[in-house]
Amino acid sequence: MTMRKAFIIVAMVAAGLLSAWTLPLYAKLNVVASTPDLGAIAREVAGSRVDVISLAKGTEDPHFVDAKPSFIRILNQADVLIEGGADLEVGWLPPLILNARNPKIQLGQAGRIIAADVVRLIEVPIGPIDRSLGDVHPFGNPHFTVDPMNGKLIARLLEEHFCVLASGECASFKDNRNKFEEKIDARMLEWQKKMAPLKGVRVISYHKSFSYFAERFGLRVVNTIEPKPGIPPSAAHVRNLVSQMRTEGVRLILMEPNRERKTPSFLAEETGAKIAMIPSMVGGTPEAQDYVGFFDSIIETLVASAGR
Amino acid sequence: MSAPKRSVCRVCILSAFCIATGTATVFSQGPGAAGPSEIDNVKKQMLQMEEQLRMLRQKVEELEAKPSTAPKPNLTQEKADGITEQRLRDLERQVQQERTASRGILAPFNPKISVNGLFSAAMFSEKDNLNFGDHDPQVQGFNVQNVELHLQGTVDPYFQVDTNIVTTIKKGETTIELEEMYGTSLALPANLQLVAGQYFTRFGRQNRQHPHQWDFVDQPVILNRIFGPDGLRGPGAQLSWLAPTPFYLEFIGSAQQGEGEIATSFLSKPGETVRGYTLIDRPVRKIGDLLYMPRVVTSFGLTDEVTVALGSSALFGPNASGTNNRTNVYGADLYVKWKPVNHSHGFPFVAWQTEYLFRDYQAGPDDVNGIPPSRPKDFGFYSQLLYGFTYRWVAGFRLNYVNSSGGDVAAPFLVTLAQRDLVGERWRLAPNVSFYPSEFSKFRLQYNLDFAASRGREAVHGVFLQAEFNIGEHGAHSF
Repeated sequence: MTMRKAFIIVAMVAAGLLSAWTLPLYAKLNVVASTPDLGAIAREVAGSRVDVISLAKGTEDPHFVDAKPSFIRILNQADVLIEGGADLEVGWLPPLILNARNPKIQLGQAGRIIAADVVRLIEVPIGPIDRSLGDVHPFGNPHFTVDPMNGKLIARLLEEHFCVLASGECASFKDNRNKFEEKIDARMLEWQKKMAPLKGVRVISYHKSFSYFAERFGLRVVNTIEPKPGIPPSAAHVRNLVSQMRTEGVRLILMEPNRERKTPSFLAEETGAKIAMIPSMVGGTPEAQDYVGFFDSIIETLVASAGR
Repeated sequence: MSAPKRSVCRVCILSAFCIATGTATVFSQGPGAAGPSEIDNVKKQMLQMEEQLRMLRQKVEELEAKPSTAPKPNLTQEKADGITEQRLRDLERQVQQERTASRGILAPFNPKISVNGLFSAAMFSEKDNLNFGDHDPQVQGFNVQNVELHLQGTVDPYFQVDTNIVTTIKKGETTIELEEMYGTSLALPANLQLVAGQYFTRFGRQNRQHPHQWDFVDQPVILNRIFGPDGLRGPGAQLSWLAPTPFYLEFIGSAQQGEGEIATSFLSKPGETVRGYTLIDRPVRKIGDLLYMPRVVTSFGLTDEVTVALGSSALFGPNASGTNNRTNVYGADLYVKWKPVNHSHGFPFVAWQTEYLFRDYQAGPDDVNGIPPSRPKDFGFYSQLLYGFTYRWVAGFRLNYVNSSGGDVAAPFLVTLAQRDLVGERWRLAPNVSFYPSEFSKFRLQYNLDFAASRGREAVHGVFLQAEFNIGEHGAHSF
């Protein structure tokens, strides 16, 4: 064999090996989540098999995300769109989906996942509803990811869809989902233990962002600072809150860091209740960067606030 | 939990399941089958069912909470408990879905319907004011600027439709017009999107906005001068392509029928005048007589909090000042928005929007009035800054500037004040403040200070108090 032929053979083998090394063994799914908590759950189920982008930031108000044109490009490239549903994103997501021109994320496709489909929604309005009740969600409270049990349900839903879209990785998705559920179940015992002294404690929240958390861990949300969803508190409502908080012994004010501080501070001063600044989404505080860390940080803050 | 207690539990759950199934058959008769008293009965049944489910869940949780004295359960028992829990959850979800569905015994295929009313009280310093937009506050006193009926719905797996029917009342006379009705494709291949029907031309940023979306009470002066009082719209088709770039970049091309008062700079309406030239009846005869618009627009984030959108548009079409005359319009637009990552209800924010337009109009000869041909040009910009300084409050300021050149041969034929107002230099400064009690209503106070060459550059003042009310379900607006 001539040197030239040998060189060509070695070069071809090297090129082949290099290609095999650089080419992924599977195509990564491009997953776009409307909110970072859904993105966090997607990462738990799919691990390195997906690239996850969250459109909303954990620090912002998820009802009022700007429908930036750059999101159109992101959705155009998506294999999967995970949205919360129950009208949480109705103010900004629909025109993005329309302009994304992506058949994979249209309704009814495997690449379109609506988390509300598998969750038991609470605070579903009964009786006649209209906007005199404020910016009420007619399908129920959409802030359901603040219950870790709902996180498990969503994880199962994601596993089902990911298995359809990447069937070769299904065993891995199932394994990850099982591990995620085991992690949640194990942490639940710790969380419930830490929250046990707060069972039955009366609290108020700024918006109805923590109702699912309260139901899961036994807090009693007796009122909200917003008299109606999306309506800022009036002086009369604040006066009534002070009276109610004193009468009922409300100990905690739950609010996200992006809310105005003046009213909660006033209420705290007047009633002795403590403000617990907690995120309502993953990424809402520096400590809440994954789904488990999100609950760790909420519970730590609540326990510390109640103890002061 | 002991075996007999589990059996009782399962029987209760299955009974609740039967009740739920029975109720579901009421709804399966289809929308419109239930009368008002039947609906009340169904709602009562659902409330009863929910109460039963709540008691069942409470029972299950109590039983699960009790320490087990039974021998270690076998796998079959655990599996049965899991199935029971799952059934309970499925039942609860079914009740919830039925309750939601009962609220929309509203057929699920109804479009989103909304009605938006825009009204204002206006005061002017001059009898002949300088508000020429059809949806501007035009008269001293109360104005019905715009009442819009908007419908949006999905046609099929391929298209969505938007419809806008608008009414205004001027001096007691009501006008109703079909403003827009167009289909948009949902997911064409190759990143294409098709729009077809009657629609606002997607030139720049403001032209495609409906009056209730405006950040000021009136149409920008340059848009009024070049696109006319109603904005530029017409029947046609638009194809756009989303480029495969890591940032948003879209190319848009459209062809529309440029006729009527909604295409002032183009075929417009016979008998109207543009820059003194009287327009003839010039129908569309060939493909070159359509109005063509190319546009390119891009957007990117400078930071997580600052978004920029930059676009450039052009219009090429015939005009009716002569049998072969053409109009070209060029424009550039810029939008920059700052919104912090920890905003609440979308506040605070700062948004800056600027558009520049230039029209090159091939005019004449006007054989009726004996005006020789010329190439009048009109150009100008508006630049507006909005500051949402606290929740529900936005302060704004808009600067308008327009001017003209060329076409002096037709100047003697600008016989009415209205015609002269549409030529030459004009400035308008407009500060305003808006209060939004909710997303569905607003009040706006605005002051206009105008200086126009046609008015000897004497200040013309206008003060406006605007109110908007929206009911129903209106689709979200684009950025």
